[in-house]
Amino acid sequence: MSGDILGAFAGALASGAVRVVDLTHTLSPDFPVIVMPPELGQSAPFRMERISRYDGGGPAWYWNNLSFGEHTGTHFDAPIHWYTGRDLPLNSVDTLPPADMIAPACVIDCSVDAAQDADFLLTVSDVMTWEEQHGRIPARSWVLLRTDWSKKSGVAYANLQADGAHTPGPDAEVMRWLVAERDIIGFGTETIGTDAGQAGHFSPPYPAHHYLHGAGRYGLQCLTNLDQLPPTGAVIVAAPLKIQNGSGSPLRVLALVQERSTR
Amino acid sequence: MTGPFLKPKRKNPLARTTQPLLPPSARSRKAHGLTLAAATGRFMLQCCGECGRYTYPAREACPNCLSSDLTFKGAPTGGSLLSETRIEVTSDPYFREHMPWRTGLVQLDCGPIVIAHLHGGCGGPGSRLKLSLQLDRAGQAAFFAKPISETPHMEDDPQWREMTADPRHRRVLITDGRSPLALPLAQALRKAEAARIFVGVTDRWKPFEQQALLEAIEGVEFVDLDLTSERSVQELAMDIGAKVEILINTADHVRPAHLFDAGATNTAREVMDHTVMGLMRLAQAFGPVMRSRGADGAAGTVAWVNVLSVHGLSNVPQFGVHSAAHAACLSLSQWLRTELRPGGIRVVNAFTGPLDTEWFQTVPPPKVAPKALADAVLDGLKRGLEDIYVGDVAKDIEARLFDNPKAVEREAGQ
Repeated sequence: MSGDILGAFAGALASGAVRVVDLTHTLSPDFPVIVMPPELGQSAPFRMERISRYDGGGPAWYWNNLSFGEHTGTHFDAPIHWYTGRDLPLNSVDTLPPADMIAPACVIDCSVDAAQDADFLLTVSDVMTWEEQHGRIPARSWVLLRTDWSKKSGVAYANLQADGAHTPGPDAEVMRWLVAERDIIGFGTETIGTDAGQAGHFSPPYPAHHYLHGAGRYGLQCLTNLDQLPPTGAVIVAAPLKIQNGSGSPLRVLALVQERSTR
Repeated sequence: MTGPFLKPKRKNPLARTTQPLLPPSARSRKAHGLTLAAATGRFMLQCCGECGRYTYPAREACPNCLSSDLTFKGAPTGGSLLSETRIEVTSDPYFREHMPWRTGLVQLDCGPIVIAHLHGGCGGPGSRLKLSLQLDRAGQAAFFAKPISETPHMEDDPQWREMTADPRHRRVLITDGRSPLALPLAQALRKAEAARIFVGVTDRWKPFEQQALLEAIEGVEFVDLDLTSERSVQELAMDIGAKVEILINTADHVRPAHLFDAGATNTAREVMDHTVMGLMRLAQAFGPVMRSRGADGAAGTVAWVNVLSVHGLSNVPQFGVHSAAHAACLSLSQWLRTELRPGGIRVVNAFTGPLDTEWFQTVPPPKVAPKALADAVLDGLKRGLEDIYVGDVAKDIEARLFDNPKAVEREAGQ
């Protein structure tokens, strides 16, 4: 590539050679949030209360007050979110290195398996099969688990049964392996958490949180439009709000995708 | 005799909605002893501590012995009709719309002669009557006389319906379908022939136990309602605000926290958001439209019920945050009562002790079964009460607060 990398990139954006895919759900009051046992603390849902709308409260302007938990809607998990990452440097969203906010992604399509089994778990052998086809996962890549779960809504999306949520996710070993053997920068899902619905029963419990954050890696959840991404080659832009000592934040996640014809 | 109150016809959309009017409401401060009695379903008159005679109207000194020792005491409810008047024409704007109206002079068994509203089933002069004190549409106490024994369709008497908030043929909104109260309330409302029972449900993506049972009740319709969201409350009011004649706010959020706990303010904020702010959001969205429909036909808007913890009247440390939230709800409810009065809407507070539900699991009996609370609310609506105390704990606290509030406070933590 020529010396003017960003100029070429801007040209590719303008020409459509690089497409921008929005991986973000609309932040709205109705979007499910993680549910904890009721005697524990709860994440506040997204709420919006009007300050004014060209009315007595402000004659020419429209604005709102917002409230929400750090982990609502499409959101980012920083290492400090889990106890395993509590003592790491740069572990909160305000200290997150900006360079980590832009990174390539590998998309593993498990939508067929997830459609058949809500408790589908990604394993090391699944990832190795994927690597046989698409090559080894490059270090410092996002691994995004495509399940098409984002096409569900409401009851089907949360899928809460009497014994807890039933949603797909990674098993414990694949998370340890992805972090230790593939040096991924983070793991992203379409479900409410990076972990499977039943992951509280795994060993260790919530392995995605345990291993990712313990190694200073990140999580993205409630993603959508993963079906518009190629297995490799997309670049993810994920910049959470700069909240002092924040454990995560809702954010706009964008994917840059080079059109096939221009590759 | 009273005919049955048939389901009102649909309103002609071309006709103007009748605006609510109130009966004359001037009362002396002393006379509010009667208001207190009527609000809680008691029959009380001033009784002289020296000569023992009952007296009416309310006054400062006994007309018999001039003693100033006049307090309101429970009185026998029997009386005999001396004379009756069927008013066909009046200059009073409220009563003009309710003509003809029966009143009578009643000789009370305990002495005084009073003017009472007469139930349609009452016989002529000389007949025996049973008296009660009722809150009229203005929220003021008035004597109401009924025949001693049951007559057909007794509760459908149009004058009686003006003094009560009978759910029959009215549409009711239960704000929180997840509350353990929702099911017994919906069942009781169905039995009372409510025309429709809207049941608000938060986060429809979270299943809840009694969903199927509620759904099976004829007339129940689930609606999206989350009291912690201004938008949700307002959107529901846009849909059904003008279709709710009785609103029953069952929303609650019991979460224990110690005052000195690190996270206690978060818990308190959450509890307040569900209860106090929730009630305020409901009031803002549903209050104006309900107030405007107080005279909208024979089954117009009539009542707003708040289910409150009796510990809102005096804090208990075990449920300190909950007590504080319900104290604020009570204050808000009193405000709402004033704001809804011009519409003739009754704001009913049902004070309950600990319920026999999961959040009061560790509390020893006596506890209030959700069905008992639901039945008490229905009874209160049908009798036209304003303050209802349900269960032994609530009744005990009410009596002790009346006697010595300081003692209730001191004994709360023990």
